[in-house]
Amino acid sequence: MPAVLSEPLFSPAAGAVSSALAVEALSLSFGGVTALSEVSFAVAPGEIRAVIGPNGAGKSSLLNVVSGLYRPDRGRVWLGGHSFASVPTDRLATLGVSRTFQNLALFKGLSVLDNVAAGLSHRLRAGVFAQVIGLPAARRERAEGYARAEELLAFLHLDGVRDRPAGTLPYGMQKRVELARALVARPRLLLLDEPMAGMTLTEKRDLSGHIRAARDDLGTTIVLIEHDVGVVMGLSDRIAVLDYGRLIADGTPDEIRNDPVVIDAYLGVAHDLEAGEGI
Amino acid sequence: MTDLALAKATASPARRFSPALPGIGLLLVVAYGILPLVANEYLFDAILTPFLALALAGLGLNILTGYAGQVSLGSSAFMAVGAYAAYNLALRLPGVPFMIDILLAGVVAAAVGLLFGLPSLRLRGFYLAVSTLAAQFFVQWVFNKVGWFSNNSPSGIVSVPTLSVVGITLDSSAGRYLFALTVVTAVTLAVWRLVESPTGRALVALRDHETAARVIGIPVLRVKLLAFAVSSFIIGVAGVLWAFAYLRTVEPAGFNLDRSFQILFIVIIGGLASLRGAFLGAALIVVFPLLLARLGEALLGGLFDSGVLEMSQRIVLGLLIVTFLITEPAGLTALLDRAWNRIAGRFRRTGLPITG
Repeated sequence: MPAVLSEPLFSPAAGAVSSALAVEALSLSFGGVTALSEVSFAVAPGEIRAVIGPNGAGKSSLLNVVSGLYRPDRGRVWLGGHSFASVPTDRLATLGVSRTFQNLALFKGLSVLDNVAAGLSHRLRAGVFAQVIGLPAARRERAEGYARAEELLAFLHLDGVRDRPAGTLPYGMQKRVELARALVARPRLLLLDEPMAGMTLTEKRDLSGHIRAARDDLGTTIVLIEHDVGVVMGLSDRIAVLDYGRLIADGTPDEIRNDPVVIDAYLGVAHDLEAGEGI
Repeated sequence: MTDLALAKATASPARRFSPALPGIGLLLVVAYGILPLVANEYLFDAILTPFLALALAGLGLNILTGYAGQVSLGSSAFMAVGAYAAYNLALRLPGVPFMIDILLAGVVAAAVGLLFGLPSLRLRGFYLAVSTLAAQFFVQWVFNKVGWFSNNSPSGIVSVPTLSVVGITLDSSAGRYLFALTVVTAVTLAVWRLVESPTGRALVALRDHETAARVIGIPVLRVKLLAFAVSSFIIGVAGVLWAFAYLRTVEPAGFNLDRSFQILFIVIIGGLASLRGAFLGAALIVVFPLLLARLGEALLGGLFDSGVLEMSQRIVLGLLIVTFLITEPAGLTALLDRAWNRIAGRFRRTGLPITG
């Protein structure tokens, strides 16, 4: 029995309510292909939790279930004390959850500032008429939104491209705009689906810093999917490993690094990992 | 529209309104102060008034297609609803001021638009476009079939009452032009406020990435229906102008599929997701056939009869649209922007101060 599995992974009664996110026996399949099978784990508030695993292990499916884009066949999702059989995507932002996507999901035609300000859409109360006529409440709301967005742009060093259409920015910067849009509402829980895919080494290092800063300065709990093992080991507090839709390990980076099951399924033999660590 | 066309169409930031306020002020001065003095009846009746009505319809469709990304081929149906609603309101509620009639006609068109917008909650792109065709054919059929709408006129063609606003009768060409101009200016101002507002931003968000929009808490279904309602309202008002200020008659055949395409072409040629685009596109659509007729006459003389004219119009217009889609999907607006930047750049190089 590997070390990380010697304790029960999850105790629903105690863990689910106090955790920022907990999933309980999630199962999901697409026409006979199993994407998730009895996956359970909990993420403590303020934790940076990585989810790793080979391609097709069910990582993105997991985030899509948590954000309500997929409906699980069985199991429950706990978000900030509420339990859902299927997470209502429309209420996700109100529940304090935001996410980014594996492939860029920016509003290409909007400016960077507007993209980020759009992250506050769920807080808007003024109706269309109030906005068009320019009633004081609508104007205040709008100004506050832009002020918050400007803060986030400064936080992520995007102020220089504030008025550029998001679609015209280089890839790495677009990823950062998406992060800003996800953070502007100060979410309790942030889900990042491969935030560093396709980034250069420097960009990865910068983004790691931003993610850590988001946790440290804004108190956001972070769940991220990432393929770069070097980055994951350095950044996360705990790591969950998926393989063929099953959770095969869940522990600290050190535990995962030395877990024979994980090495076998994903990391490869030990010296590969050593080489990969320098990335 | 292809995704490419939409993405390129909005390459200018939504929050910038580049020809700036002085330019708009100048346009208004010309439109209100100078044109009424120098223009003749032909200019009013054949060019300016239809231009205004079509520009307004283009503006309405642009909200739906350019900003919110929902393709519609039923625009002229909503024009028809607006026109017939205003006709019946004026006929059956004679005491009500015409400005109220226009608003109510817009509301009726918005309600019908909302109804035909319902499929958009499930359908996208090409399939949605086809379902909006249903609006086109159904509405035209109803106005043809149900005599009540045209006050049981045997021919189906009815004359509309003379325009009369706050006690002033507008029966001259200039009067009708000024009336249309005022309505178009007011609606354009409101639309400008709308697209610059958080709701306008939600429309573009919906178009560019619906899932992301949903995740960040934009009420996607409500925003879609709002786009249909607002767009149909404006197109309905454009229909009122078309019938009352331009044609002075209403008949179902005037609001056929050709007109729907014409409005779509205005938006494509002018520039998707651009307010100026609707006006530039409408100007081209109205002026182009007249120019072509003159040109054809000058070049070919008697050979260039009305049949040839109509054919050549279709061919040249078709070529124009294909050319625009391939070389400049962002339309005339983008061409104008580029020309402006070049001029501004030249001034900057020569060291002259430039504002705006």
